[in-house]
Amino acid sequence: MLEIKNLHARIAEDGTEIIKGLNLSVKAGEVAAIMGPNGSGKSTLSYILAGRDDYEVTEGEILYNGENILEMDPAERAAAGIFLAFQYPMEIPGVATMQFLKVAMNEQRKARGEDELTTPDFIRLVKEAAGSLEISMEMLKRPLNVGFSGGEKKRAEILQMKLLEPKLCVLDETDSGLDIDALKIVSDGVNSLRSPDRATIVITHYQRLLDYIVPDTVHVLSKGRIVKSGDKSLAHELEANGYADIINEAA
Amino acid sequence: MTVQSKLPLTAAETALVDQFGAQFGSLPGNAEMVKLRDRAIQAIKENGLPTRRVEAWHYTDLRRLLATVPANAPSGEAQDLERIVDGTARLVLRNGQVATMDSVEQLTVGSMSDALRADVSGVSLNDHGIHDATGLINSAFVTDGFVIHVESGAKIAKPVELQSLHDGGQVHVRNSVTIGEGASVTFFDRHAGSDAEVLETAVTELKLRKGAEALWVTIQETGDAATHLSQMNVTLEEDAKLTLFVVNLSGKVVRQEINGDVIGEGADLTFRAVNLIGDATHCDITLSLGHLVPNTTSTETVRNVVTGKAQGVFQGQISVDRIAQKTDAQMACNTLLLSDDAGFSTKPELEIFADDVVCAHGATVTEIDQDHLFYLMARGISEKIARGLLIKAFVTEIVEELEDEALIEALEARINRWLEVHA
Repeated sequence: MLEIKNLHARIAEDGTEIIKGLNLSVKAGEVAAIMGPNGSGKSTLSYILAGRDDYEVTEGEILYNGENILEMDPAERAAAGIFLAFQYPMEIPGVATMQFLKVAMNEQRKARGEDELTTPDFIRLVKEAAGSLEISMEMLKRPLNVGFSGGEKKRAEILQMKLLEPKLCVLDETDSGLDIDALKIVSDGVNSLRSPDRATIVITHYQRLLDYIVPDTVHVLSKGRIVKSGDKSLAHELEANGYADIINEAA
Repeated sequence: MTVQSKLPLTAAETALVDQFGAQFGSLPGNAEMVKLRDRAIQAIKENGLPTRRVEAWHYTDLRRLLATVPANAPSGEAQDLERIVDGTARLVLRNGQVATMDSVEQLTVGSMSDALRADVSGVSLNDHGIHDATGLINSAFVTDGFVIHVESGAKIAKPVELQSLHDGGQVHVRNSVTIGEGASVTFFDRHAGSDAEVLETAVTELKLRKGAEALWVTIQETGDAATHLSQMNVTLEEDAKLTLFVVNLSGKVVRQEINGDVIGEGADLTFRAVNLIGDATHCDITLSLGHLVPNTTSTETVRNVVTGKAQGVFQGQISVDRIAQKTDAQMACNTLLLSDDAGFSTKPELEIFADDVVCAHGATVTEIDQDHLFYLMARGISEKIARGLLIKAFVTEIVEELEDEALIEALEARINRWLEVHA
């Protein structure tokens, strides 16, 4: 589903290269974990996938179902089925959460030529999804993410994922700032979306999340490149020994 | 007082003086009013329209902005507007003439032209001095308006909807509204018309007696070629509470002055403005509020969205008299600039002579937050709609203070329409 070929990217403002020849392949139905030390480019990769224009791609391709997404703006990529769960979700005062959800769902449907949701259907879908993530309807009446704790914001990201039904889910350090209970709820939410036609990229610093969201593949990202790939046992190896060995091996 | 060197009159100033000569015989008023009209036009003749050298007009050089005036003849019949919400009583002026006068229980309504001809106390053609262009032009040329008394103790459920409508030319209207002790009422004050060139001056004297409460919502939609000069002179007596809500949606040159005298203890003025300023509009709100006695409060919040080449201005002056202890006055002006050529000037002024008061003023000028925009787009919301959501978020907070669902809906519909065209 996703093929990243020799990707080079830099910060648009000052030209600092962050991604230095990254190759990655993720199939439909796969859960791929990307781990790496701080500064390796994990979040940058997720932003580039989502289409943030703070970053400039200087070389390489990102093929999503065979199509190069680099020409598409963030809204087009979302309508095509790409979803980024932010590490630090935005608080947007004045934009009511329910309204935001409805606009997002209907805009994506419109872009795909589908019918828009009626209000009763929309409310029903939201209630179902929110219930499983322990998000109250009260919380959803508030402006987007305003006054939410870190854990509530992460759960709200997964709620959006459930409602928008993306084909490629990119979770950027979803576990950061979560206690065990929140971790379980979020992981259950992500796992409930696993399906043969959906791929998930889990970007994480710690192995712990991967006990709950068990990956099919694990990739180590260091200095802007994937330096090693393996199965879930690679994550345990990193946990036990740290990144140094693997990075030196690759150098 | 600022000394201006004597310049020859502009086309506009000459036209106004000549127009007065042609018209004054047909303008309503008794002998005293004729004198006041003449005095007003004389002031314009001697001093011209204010330039930026007059402090109160520093950001709105009226002499330059109003270089010519349209002929004093409408292009056509102005049409009554549909009620803004259901069930209002309409008081309509078409091209400066009383047209519709729905009646309301416990409210007496008369025409300004009748009042000017008779000797009605409290109704006059006054102004705030030689630089008060709005007051002077209006005094010279006013044709009609409404004189309204709300009976003491009346709780008027039906909102009163004033409409001043134009189809080009010139419109000069004046209203005098007195709200009796303990009464409560809602007024909608709508200014609207075609896109034909128009000069409108609108002066309102609004007096709230002891314990009176009022909501006054001004909605300015005068069209792309309109020069709209309005002035509200407000007096709040003991325990009176006024919420004054202003929405600006169009116009070419707009100047709205609000002069408030808080003269009774326990009174409160809540002022909110939402200004949507686009194309090449120039929109100026100038507020001058005097807290003259102890224990009164006021809050002023102005939110501006500026796009295209438009320029906005907010001058907010709060004066606290020496005896006005325990005054609490809070003023904020927040502006969203959506284009490189859009501009906004904000000048808060606090003049405080008492020593036990709480007064604050703040101003912010921002662009659309790029992180917020990215977040909305990353959820599939197109850039145009995402920008619209963020701009609406900026003004909605103020609009939703109004509480009346039907009114909020009516205003949000107008805001949405403006955004479709301009943002």
